[in-house]
Amino acid sequence: MVRFILRRLLQVIPVFIGTTLLVYYMVFALPGDPIAALFGDRQPPQAVIDTLRSQYHLDEPFWVQYGLFLQNLFTSNLGNDFTGQPISASLARVFPVTAMLAIEALAIQAIFGVAFGVFAGLRRGGWFDSTVLVASLVVIAVPTFVLGFVFQLVFGVQLGWAKPTVGANADWGSLLLPAVVLGLVSFAYVLRLTRASVSENMNADYVRTATAKGLSRPRVVLAHILRNSLIPVVTYLGANLGGLMGGAIVTEGIFNVPGVGNKLYQAVLRSEGPTIVSIVSVLVLVFVVANLLVDLLYAWLDPRIRYDQ
Amino acid sequence: MTTPEVRIDEAGTTGVRPLLEIRDLAITFKTGGGDVQAVRNAHLSIMPGETVAIVGESGSGKSTTALAAIGLLPNNGRVSGGQILLDGEDIAHASEQRMIELRGNTIGMVPQDPMSNLNPVWKIGYQVRETLRANGRPSGPEDIARVLSEAGLPDAKRRANQYPHEFSGGMRQRALIAIGLSCQPRLLIADEPTSALDVTVQRQILDHLDTMTTDLGTSVLLITHDLGLAAERADKVVVMYQGRVVEAGPSLELLRNPQHPYTRRLVESAPSLASRRIQAAKEQGVETADLLAPAAETAVADNVLQIQDLRKVYKLRQGFGKATDFAAVDGVSFDVQRGTTTAIVGESGSGKSTVAKMVLQLEKPTDGRILFDGVDTSLLKSQELFKFRRRVQPIFQDPYGSLDPMYNIFRTIEEPLRVHKIGNQASREKKVRELLDQVALPQSAMQRYPNELSGGQRQRVAIARALALDPEVIICDEAVSALDVLVQAQVLNLLADLQANLGLTYLFITHDLAVVRQIADHVCVMEKGRLVETGSTDDVFESPRQEYTKALLNAIPGAKLMLPPEVA
Amino acid sequence: MTSNNSHFVAPIDETPLLATDAVKTDQAPLSLWSDAWRKLRRRPLFIISALLILALTVVALFPGLFTSVAPNAGCELANSEGGPTAGHPFGFTFQGCDVYSRVIHGTQASMSVGVLSVLCVLVIGVTIGALAGYYGGWIDSVLARLGDIFFALPLILGALVITQLPLFRENKSVWTVVFVISLLAWPQMARITRGAVIEVRNADFVTAARALGVSKFGALVRHVLPNALAPIIVLATLELGVFIVAEATLSFLGIGLPQSIMSWGNDIAGAQASIRTSPEIMLYPAAALSITVLSFIMLGDAVRDALDPKSRQR
Repeated sequence: MVRFILRRLLQVIPVFIGTTLLVYYMVFALPGDPIAALFGDRQPPQAVIDTLRSQYHLDEPFWVQYGLFLQNLFTSNLGNDFTGQPISASLARVFPVTAMLAIEALAIQAIFGVAFGVFAGLRRGGWFDSTVLVASLVVIAVPTFVLGFVFQLVFGVQLGWAKPTVGANADWGSLLLPAVVLGLVSFAYVLRLTRASVSENMNADYVRTATAKGLSRPRVVLAHILRNSLIPVVTYLGANLGGLMGGAIVTEGIFNVPGVGNKLYQAVLRSEGPTIVSIVSVLVLVFVVANLLVDLLYAWLDPRIRYDQ
Repeated sequence: MTTPEVRIDEAGTTGVRPLLEIRDLAITFKTGGGDVQAVRNAHLSIMPGETVAIVGESGSGKSTTALAAIGLLPNNGRVSGGQILLDGEDIAHASEQRMIELRGNTIGMVPQDPMSNLNPVWKIGYQVRETLRANGRPSGPEDIARVLSEAGLPDAKRRANQYPHEFSGGMRQRALIAIGLSCQPRLLIADEPTSALDVTVQRQILDHLDTMTTDLGTSVLLITHDLGLAAERADKVVVMYQGRVVEAGPSLELLRNPQHPYTRRLVESAPSLASRRIQAAKEQGVETADLLAPAAETAVADNVLQIQDLRKVYKLRQGFGKATDFAAVDGVSFDVQRGTTTAIVGESGSGKSTVAKMVLQLEKPTDGRILFDGVDTSLLKSQELFKFRRRVQPIFQDPYGSLDPMYNIFRTIEEPLRVHKIGNQASREKKVRELLDQVALPQSAMQRYPNELSGGQRQRVAIARALALDPEVIICDEAVSALDVLVQAQVLNLLADLQANLGLTYLFITHDLAVVRQIADHVCVMEKGRLVETGSTDDVFESPRQEYTKALLNAIPGAKLMLPPEVA
Repeated sequence: MTSNNSHFVAPIDETPLLATDAVKTDQAPLSLWSDAWRKLRRRPLFIISALLILALTVVALFPGLFTSVAPNAGCELANSEGGPTAGHPFGFTFQGCDVYSRVIHGTQASMSVGVLSVLCVLVIGVTIGALAGYYGGWIDSVLARLGDIFFALPLILGALVITQLPLFRENKSVWTVVFVISLLAWPQMARITRGAVIEVRNADFVTAARALGVSKFGALVRHVLPNALAPIIVLATLELGVFIVAEATLSFLGIGLPQSIMSWGNDIAGAQASIRTSPEIMLYPAAALSITVLSFIMLGDAVRDALDPKSRQR
């Protein structure tokens, strides 16, 4: 297991360098004056231009620029946004909110998705299965941002069950509605994946053998069907973290959640290039690390992985 | 009627009641095309301590019958008639709760495929412990280790902490036997418990199973496709065919005096019995010309293939850039005479298939030479190699994997002709029709796809494809191993006929010595990449010089059976 | 004699001996594809989704057949958020444009982004995945790392960065959106292809083809790829839906299609202003988008079931 962790850590480094290099290269090293390009058709104050020049060391060779950019990233010196606020400070403020939102959404999709999927998979073809299957298709088909507006309107405005917008003081309760919206699409995918996986594993030879040993039905389901069915689900959840980030941008925008996504969305609306690049780089780092954690969880669930090449 | 209308009352007068009695059992499966009766009028009885074998080919209903006895029919299957009496209690329609009580400590099971029957995510020890616990037995680490070591697993304490993928196939099967017998059931259902294993391992495991069940007084219901194995291991044999019991009786009696035409055919065809018959005939000095494949009568040794000091080394990665050398084939030399059959025999990991790949020029030897018609094949240029491919063709083991599922039979057999630009559309079609005739397939099969054919039929298509280029040498890599006994015999006959008619040379790669005895002129025995013994088939079988060869020969099921040669 | 020792023989006329291994000749030959097609035809899910997709395609190609109102013509602020009137069944947007006409004309952008992106992803992903999976070794390592790098850039995040480039900011069009989606989404296709190719590449029929004299690359094209197609087709169908959503999301965020191009994403973004007062303005483009995505997802589901090797007879 230790060797597996080490090997995966070693694999993460080139991926992170490659990805940030890609992001950095696209924004700062393409032809033209990068500073002018970052601001598009508006004219930034000279002070901002000077700060950016020194921050990104634009007079140095490309590799030095990139190295210094990475160094800044890891020393959380992300520069200032257009209002003159340090980006790292505002990120530190908004990050916990997004973390809460993501955890809540993840919990919703994992817990409900797996539970519904197991029940549907065990009784394949039953009324619960059929209902849930159709419902999940509809949920998958409605994009997150449409769902966000619908939920906001129905539950927030018309029914008044939840605050339609979150505002400055975000807590677990007020984040519930956006978390449901954010988690719903993946919930449907998790449900379908669990269902397929459960109904496949139900016919596995080792499940028959477990039954032949005299185990009770609940034990067979828990220890042999469920445990094995979780493996592809965990893989999906890991691969989908990126989708969750994209969804968070939209959801936080709609519900006015003071999180990273909203910050990014505002930056996009205002075309604040440097802010966008800094935040995306941080998010990529988070994504890569989170995927590493998911891989470790995956290896814990499936011992065969630990010994693979 | 001579059917066993003897019922429990009468048996009761003898004072012993069968532990398991199956009466008029019918099992129906619900399928897309309506209900299918998989088993009809099945009946058998097992006395306490007795071993009864059900023999049949795939689809005969033998496994279905056994699964019904432990209440594990697939969801779409049900007992649609008859009784399954366990110690007098009809369990054919018992509640799930009752079956859970019985499973494990009254009826145990050892399943067929050791690779898929252990849950890959749990340690072996855990999978033993949950069995013990579910059946209310002590389940401490000591108990687990004891159960495993009783099944012949060395170093059981450490092994219990390992995962299934860290076990070899034989060890997994031992773990499964340990689990099946851990709660000392009165009846053990063993469904082809060793068919996925190497012959020597198979023998060890069956011996061990014998000892354990004898010690515990367990009755065994053994499911197998191998009549020789059944006769050797069981007191009684039940032969199933097309979902029915066609013949049943004491093992030796059944072998000596098979009544039903199907049983007779099985007795004739089973390789283990056939090879045993040849052996017995030899021992009694009977002329065996008609029993053996026609030996080639080449006056001068005409070696079409010469393998000289062949070596193949693979690098095994061990993580972090480290690698160790692994010699899959090490210093192998032998000759293959034109028009004869040479068999390479060995267990998994012996390197026999690697030799075949190198002869086929699909792998490059690390060292050594392969001479084809006196020419070193490693020196062939790509054009010459292309020509070489016309003369040496393979037939592979898995009849499901060796044909492209996207190609119909015509395209499959035509492909070699097209690749080598032989003839035009019309002449190629004519050739394909001829080839289908040669392998005894109807020409109407031309437009069919592999998934519509049985294993034996696919293998015949593979033979037709190999013959399309009029090759001189055919490499058969386990070409008949996956087939049912009768089909296997049919394909072997076809191969023998083709050899006689076309003067083909076969290099026959197999793990099955019984098959070798029937068809090969020369044998090379391989173990762990090395050649341990070579010689004519008769010499090797009659006076094996190496321990390993002797062990292999002893492992042929039915080797201990005393059969007079005229049985057949 | 007890039943134990008796020698039972079934009556031979009841258990006749069949010819060993006879070829079944009663059914018409069935290729993998025609078998899948036969299964598909019987599935209501497939029929519904195929009909919907057909209808959407016609709408996308010939919007003029369904509405005579040009999408931007006659936008009058006087009509702002107006309800349905004759000739304008869905009412008017905040800008006073005809909603029905905009929904009809928006089909083209969504469908073309979806189809073109999937085609690009297929070309890039299948090529890279097939080469990596088939040849293995260093080619595999290099391509796998390359895929990892793009994979670590989630679609929306990556798109945010790329669209900040002046080149893209100034030339927004269907093609830039297709480029962005394809650039960020190919690793998934490459991974699936690689896995499918690895599963097939060691099959005996590939080895047999090599032994016949088929070249290594020839075997990839003739035998390996055709047998690896099933998961690729399924993923492509599902991704069509996903990419249409992605386009709408990007347009919604203001970094997708320009305002000048009629698209559901733009319409939904534009309808935000009226969400509290006239939510139905958002409902129509949102429903069109959802139905389109649903069609492709249902199609993908049906195709997956039909191509599932486990459901095939052996």
